[in-house]
Amino acid sequence: MNAQVFQALLDGLLMGGVYSLAALGLTLIFGVMKITNFAHGAMMTVGMYVVYVVSTGLGISPYIALIFSAITLFALGYIIQRFLIHRISDAPTHNQLLLTLGVAYILENTLLAVFTPNYKSLEVENLPGMIQIGAISVNPAKLIAFGVVLVVTAAIYIVLYRTRIGKAIRACSQNREGAQLMGVVIKNTSAIAFGIGALCTGIAGSLLTPILSIYPTLGETFQLKCFVIAILGGMGNLWGALISGLIVGVVESMTGYFAGGSWSDLTVYAAFILILLAKPSGLFGRSNRREH
Amino acid sequence: MNTKKINNVTLISLAVLATAFLIVADGYILCIGISVLIAALLGQSWNIMSGYAGQFSFGHAVFFGIGAYTSTLLYTMFGVSPWIGMFVGAIAAALVGSAIGFLSFRYKLRDDYFALATLAFAEIFRIIFNNTKVFGGASGILIPYVQNAAEFQFASDKTYFAIILVLVAAATVFIAFMTRSKLGLNLVAIKANQEAAAALGVNVLKYKLIAISASAVFAALAGTFYSQYYGFIDPSIVFASAISVEAIVPCIIGGSGTLYGPLLGALLIIPLQEICNSAFTSISGVNMILYGVLIAAFIIFCPDGIYGRIIKFANKKRGK
Repeated sequence: MNAQVFQALLDGLLMGGVYSLAALGLTLIFGVMKITNFAHGAMMTVGMYVVYVVSTGLGISPYIALIFSAITLFALGYIIQRFLIHRISDAPTHNQLLLTLGVAYILENTLLAVFTPNYKSLEVENLPGMIQIGAISVNPAKLIAFGVVLVVTAAIYIVLYRTRIGKAIRACSQNREGAQLMGVVIKNTSAIAFGIGALCTGIAGSLLTPILSIYPTLGETFQLKCFVIAILGGMGNLWGALISGLIVGVVESMTGYFAGGSWSDLTVYAAFILILLAKPSGLFGRSNRREH
Repeated sequence: MNTKKINNVTLISLAVLATAFLIVADGYILCIGISVLIAALLGQSWNIMSGYAGQFSFGHAVFFGIGAYTSTLLYTMFGVSPWIGMFVGAIAAALVGSAIGFLSFRYKLRDDYFALATLAFAEIFRIIFNNTKVFGGASGILIPYVQNAAEFQFASDKTYFAIILVLVAAATVFIAFMTRSKLGLNLVAIKANQEAAAALGVNVLKYKLIAISASAVFAALAGTFYSQYYGFIDPSIVFASAISVEAIVPCIIGGSGTLYGPLLGALLIIPLQEICNSAFTSISGVNMILYGVLIAAFIIFCPDGIYGRIIKFANKKRGK
């Protein structure tokens, strides 16, 4: 394997890690809560701007500002679910899709009105430019991002499988009425689950802020990709989402390397349609839980 | 008043409004009128497939873009008049629609999975057209200005207004006939309960394909009209998810699955956005915030839409 291919592979893997985290948030919202969240990309952009504002305003490292972003996004997700989506929880699924679409427009264009459409980029101090290993160069910001993704994924796993609230969230996703009868407060539990999902995508956005130039509609480019990864990984499957994110990252960068960057999304979406048709339960899915 | 009476009153009011508008309006106001009718045509197109047949599309830009590109490419490459290209585009869109529909329905994609698949198809078309030099690539195609009625180009915006008005009327008449025919009844049955409809002998796949093709035809006609009116298209305009959303929103606001709902929805949302745009010239994004607020508010407080709500209210009063 020549060095350039290896470079593309590595870049794809590192970028895929960030996709994984954003998609992990979506797998909680879409896979576990069954809400087709079209505000996911917009929430990611909000996360980016929080980091940008806090980091430039207080003069602190974006990796500390990330905590503010996580808290803000959790609160935002909680509010969106508790006060908006919950009101129509019995409506057909596409109404929830449309509601989140409305929320996406509100979030995105509020950012546009406040920050203008101009690109903003963040310089990180005390971070070396590029790490050279032989012919391969690695962006340290991507490396840090990948590390944070692994930590956050593990933390989410612990919350979901080792805590009371995690148990409640999983119970809600399996059987709403049953969970309710066992004393789970659906309203609150779904809002927390949505908040955690939003937090994941907010952190993913924050991790991208030192890597990319940000603008108010940037999140849109990640929107469909997150759905691809969440479905590919199997609905509600955390580790599935992590691995699928890496796969999508690599597929994208490989297509970019061999066919040119502007084609890279095509393979991802084409593969997505094939997966939807052939195996909608995802690569690692057991059975299709969404069967009617 | 019953539904039929409300329909008649609405029809007469809309017809009077459109005629008066055609006579009086000019300049900027006429442009807005044309935008309203483009949104109304897209809305009626979405209404057929998603409002009546219940197949939620989030990728109507596919059909719009195919209509726009087919007529434009036929014209710029082979000199075929867009009057002919328009119908070629409609047929092409119907074929693509049938293919997408066949794959999705054959493999039992439903609800949000189907919506995501249609979105992915629209994105795939956008990327392909973006990267294909023969089709103009990302920089798009400028339609040469000749101002010749035989080439679908007119001196006055009033002519454009009249044409798009006829197209919207055609879509509405189609829906009116559809709802009274066996086709409409079958679609309503499929929307309500697919398994039950199938068990009663409705050929579900066939009727879904008819709905998606008819829907695609009208979206493609809107696409051709758009390219002829504005004289320029590129993949990130005509295959954009913004177009797919523009097909949905008039239905949500006006009432999806109703005859005149999308027309009322378009009549409300487009002028509101224009007013917003001229009121907040220094801040971008305010009109789209309003757009988002309206979508969310209608979904939460008035999911039947304006027209749907009126009909329900009237029927309730009569004790139905």
